[in-house]
Amino acid sequence: MPGPGMLSEERAALQRYEQMVFIRLFEDKVDALYRQGQVRGPAHLGQGQEAIAVGVGSVLQPGDYSIGTYRGHAHALARGTPAGAVLRELLGRSGGICGGKGGSMHITSLEHGYMGSYAIVGAHLPIACGLAWASKIKGTDQVTACFFGDGTTNIGAFHEAINLAAIWGLPVVFVCENNSYMEYTPISQVTSVPQPAADRAPAYGLPSVTVDGNDVDAVREVVGHAMETARGGGGPTLVEATTYRHGGHSAADPADYRSETEVASWKERDPLLRARAALAADGVSEEDLEVVTARASAETQQIATAALEAPALDVESALVGMWSDGSAQWRN
Amino acid sequence: MAQLTYRAAVAATLAHEMRRDENVVLIGEDIGAGGVFKTTKGLLEEFGPTRVWDTPISEQAIVGAAMGASMAGLRPVAEIMFSDFYATCWDQVANEIAKVHYMTGGQLSCPLVVRGANGGGLGFGAQHSQAVENWAMCVPGIKIASPSSAAEAVGLLAAAIRDDDPVLVFEHKALYGSREECPDGEHVVALGQAAVLRPGSDVTLVGLAATVGLCRQAAEQLTGDSVDAEVIDLRTLVPLDAAGVLASVRRTGRVVLVEENPGQLGWGAGVAAILAEEAFLDLRTPVARVSGRNIPIPVAKGLEAAVNPSVERVVAAARSACDTAGPAAEMIRN
Repeated sequence: MPGPGMLSEERAALQRYEQMVFIRLFEDKVDALYRQGQVRGPAHLGQGQEAIAVGVGSVLQPGDYSIGTYRGHAHALARGTPAGAVLRELLGRSGGICGGKGGSMHITSLEHGYMGSYAIVGAHLPIACGLAWASKIKGTDQVTACFFGDGTTNIGAFHEAINLAAIWGLPVVFVCENNSYMEYTPISQVTSVPQPAADRAPAYGLPSVTVDGNDVDAVREVVGHAMETARGGGGPTLVEATTYRHGGHSAADPADYRSETEVASWKERDPLLRARAALAADGVSEEDLEVVTARASAETQQIATAALEAPALDVESALVGMWSDGSAQWRN
Repeated sequence: MAQLTYRAAVAATLAHEMRRDENVVLIGEDIGAGGVFKTTKGLLEEFGPTRVWDTPISEQAIVGAAMGASMAGLRPVAEIMFSDFYATCWDQVANEIAKVHYMTGGQLSCPLVVRGANGGGLGFGAQHSQAVENWAMCVPGIKIASPSSAAEAVGLLAAAIRDDDPVLVFEHKALYGSREECPDGEHVVALGQAAVLRPGSDVTLVGLAATVGLCRQAAEQLTGDSVDAEVIDLRTLVPLDAAGVLASVRRTGRVVLVEENPGQLGWGAGVAAILAEEAFLDLRTPVARVSGRNIPIPVAKGLEAAVNPSVERVVAAARSACDTAGPAAEMIRN
């Protein structure tokens, strides 16, 4: 644990660093398990983008909503979703967070306010509007954070959603994780403005701001401000966070459409290195930094071992749970 | 009892449910002004803009917002002005709403209704006249109701709003002006229970929404041939009251399925398959279907009528079924 003399703000910063390290190691472990054939279906990993999930997660309050994409492990974990239940879901073992019915692309934790990962690009932006609309109708101070990728900015649902959020003044913060690639194709090749999200927002009267998405503190500051605006009735904001996907679009993608130079230059701007350097500059000892890394590593190993030992799912469960009463009958 | 048009029955039921449950909110295009079909008339005035939300022409946003709000505990009723427009938001319906409860292991639920004007007969042409209930029937995870009369609109819409699962309500635009006695106060028709509107012993006529009226008129005409037709209003496609249809067909031995959607893969195909699988030996004649023709809907009155099911086609199908039934048909004719 951090040294006894550490200030609470430093302790919180160290905890955010630990969360980022944990998410990195979790994704590395998923990648390894994928290569062993243990992960069912695709796995879209987020190494390199951890500062956004953790930065946003750290300014969300309990009761707030967040919602994300098929690259959503980090967003679920950043809300406190149990990593063991996420990994079991990926492996199709009992104890998975969605009972083996969602898998990597649909990680959800209602208990933690993480209202789902959606695998049709753009689909969840209108849904995010609906979450925020409900908060507005009920008069709560809940805010919704909606994560999406740069590729989303060219599908219709994005435009319908940000227009609706703007005209209704919904308490939602749209967070674009611009990692430069829609999937395999550079976003710049298919978009005529340099900032695919932030440059579109003004056309809808939606305030937008850009931020270095590899700087967890910068993300916190920008998104935190947007959240407080939304919470206070000031309406939505769009944040475009610039980042980079260390791996391919999915674990199956070697990403050989990118130059080694480009990848190397971004790895120099690795958000974990940035956060670690900032903590060290603030006086956190190397020993404390190593402790959190070792703990995250041990925890990752422990949940992987437990997940691999978890029993298989009861296959009968496949045929129930379509309706809210637990049944799945469509006829009598 | 009050005499209400089908459109007024929709508005009255929305109002009734909004008074009963403050979580019921409306979202859609032009609904504050009463709606293109006047099915939300007076609701903005009574409930105000915090319950009745006018939207841009953005069907994905409408249906997606309804979904998100339902996941957060509201019971939204979204209007899709013409059901043809489901094509612009089908991702939200078929990939999101229909799946989210199952694929999250039951964590999220969507107690919502999407309702709108379905079907033809008013000369709106190929993009505003389709009966598309069969689109929805291809997607597990959504319930489908389609009222055949004003009173049915009251009962089925109330049930849909109170249901904890997503329900698509296909109102028939050619019925909006029809008028009948509607029960006052609480009137809720359980989803999944077909109604026998006319008992009969010779042939079962099965309809949904506007084709129920065709079946009733056909049954009257068939009395002139001494054919005693049973008329069933299916009311809902999901849940499907297959048992109700099977029981009737086992008695009559003959069936005509009357559907407005194109027959090439309409709901009648699914019902026919159930009858073939489970009542084959009870059938005295092959299953007959009268459906929308497998072609886009034309505008000119005579042309549209030629495409949509008609009383004449139902009568002809029923007569054919009875005529080809061998000795039993002889008995009927005699």
